[in-house]
Amino acid sequence: MSVTPEDVRHVATLARLGLSEGQIPALVQQLNGILGHMDVLQQVDVSGVPLTPPDQAAPLRPDARPADVLLRSREAFAPAMRDGFFLVPRLTTHGAQGASADEGDAA
Amino acid sequence: MSQPDVKTPLAQHTVAHAWSRFDEADVQGLNAFLALDRDAAASGVEGTLAGIPVAIKDNLATLTLPTTCASRVLEGYVSPFEATAVRKLRDAGAVVIGKTNMDEFAMGSSTENSAYGPTLNPLDRSRVPGGSSGGSAAAVASGVVRLALGSETGGSVRQPAAFCGIVGVKPTYGRVSRYGLVAYASSLDNVGVFGATVAEAALGLETISGHDHFDSTSADLPVPSMVPAAASGERPLAGLVVGKPREYFPDNLDPRIAAHCERALQQLIALGAEVRDVSLPSTDLAVPVYYIIAPAEASSNLARYDGVRYGARVEADNLRSMYEGSRSKGFGEEVTRRILLGTYVLSAGYYDAYYKRAQAVRTLITQEFASVFASGVHLLFTPTTPTPAFRLGELSDPYEMYLSDIFTVTANLAGVPAMSQPIGLVDGLPVGGQFMAPHFDEPTMFRAAAALEASLSIEEATA
Repeated sequence: MSVTPEDVRHVATLARLGLSEGQIPALVQQLNGILGHMDVLQQVDVSGVPLTPPDQAAPLRPDARPADVLLRSREAFAPAMRDGFFLVPRLTTHGAQGASADEGDAA
Repeated sequence: MSQPDVKTPLAQHTVAHAWSRFDEADVQGLNAFLALDRDAAASGVEGTLAGIPVAIKDNLATLTLPTTCASRVLEGYVSPFEATAVRKLRDAGAVVIGKTNMDEFAMGSSTENSAYGPTLNPLDRSRVPGGSSGGSAAAVASGVVRLALGSETGGSVRQPAAFCGIVGVKPTYGRVSRYGLVAYASSLDNVGVFGATVAEAALGLETISGHDHFDSTSADLPVPSMVPAAASGERPLAGLVVGKPREYFPDNLDPRIAAHCERALQQLIALGAEVRDVSLPSTDLAVPVYYIIAPAEASSNLARYDGVRYGARVEADNLRSMYEGSRSKGFGEEVTRRILLGTYVLSAGYYDAYYKRAQAVRTLITQEFASVFASGVHLLFTPTTPTPAFRLGELSDPYEMYLSDIFTVTANLAGVPAMSQPIGLVDGLPVGGQFMAPHFDEPTMFRAAAALEASLSIEEATA
């Protein structure tokens, strides 16, 4: 498996990272270099091996106590708020140019 | 060493001593701290750490100092809640004097990935202090504090402890609450402790341990006494079986580091322990497994930095551009690379080949540890790192940097406790020896480490 420039653009889109075209070649090279070392895992027989050791499954607990108290208001650290809501710019699907096919996912 | 012997040097190192040391010329310019609280003073609490200055890695939430994770994306952010480990230190009377530098979001092994510049190794300023908790390690190694908190995802306490010639401990996963520790890879993250001595590190860990409702992965178990009692008799480790896993001593290991480990193992035998050759066959797979699972979890955990609720925002005329602009401007190169890598291994078509397979191999690694410990081995002893501290800028290839974690990532994957302590010098630079123990058996690890510390001379390699 080899990472292509298109793969990097695709995962950057999924991860909501805005990369410049100039960053792509180096990232392709680095990711291929890293993933090349992962190929050794393909040789391991993992048939029948559970994905989590039976005694280390993530434990659950009753959601019985209130959350920790915040000692500062959200307004103290939020970039923009109004009437108790976080403010964000509109989606491009709401009337602006350049809406992409997966833009709805961002909503 | 008895508990009063632990507390005396700690108690003598007051906040005033910390600032006095901090202001000395050989400490200035290390860039170990990102934020300081010069007004911090003893609270009057009569706890086990009353009046003792401590330093906190900048990915642990504090109420009065910023918590930036050494990232532009959290520049100036002050948490509205406090990490449980920090609260427990303060409840014991400790005084938080500052937040320490780190690789951005704990992603790195050298503290060169900080948005606020690298930390220098106090023992040799041309070299890295290790990472990602390099600032906390440098704060202890330079003598500003004797106790500091770091965090571990793949060795980020033990490796800098080894590079700086101090003690560093990663507890059992679940021993210490992760509440308020900014998440990198949640199944691997731990809060860890740096100490000037084994006993001081043990006291620090004992103080922050325990169940916490706010972390569902914290273990609901009693916290044992961890500070080792004074060794008595000529063979204080009689009955202890220490495993020497052959995969941690490959043919290409620096012979001087191998010689130091052998000298330490001979000392353990002299102290009464039995040393037994053991095997952990999947060790070579640990770095590939780690660098799939950790970035995968990171890609999810760091999705929260989107400019909406906190942190840096790049203004834009639509939501998508705001997300992309805020994240691209806020994250550094290594964080960007790991988010991309993690997103790739979780994406359709690659999930089974990479992430799912890595999880299965992680289970094999965990089972091998369990098998060795079930065979009657109480502890494992290995080198902490394959080299002493490397030079700033020396490792430019990402995977080459990742390989510096080769002896430490296994403990995080298996969730077992582990620690590093100084065992010798190579060209004047410290070398760390690592103990690993079964889940929740930190006390045995500290007992052996303290006996070794008390009897092993730290000398230059002769191999």
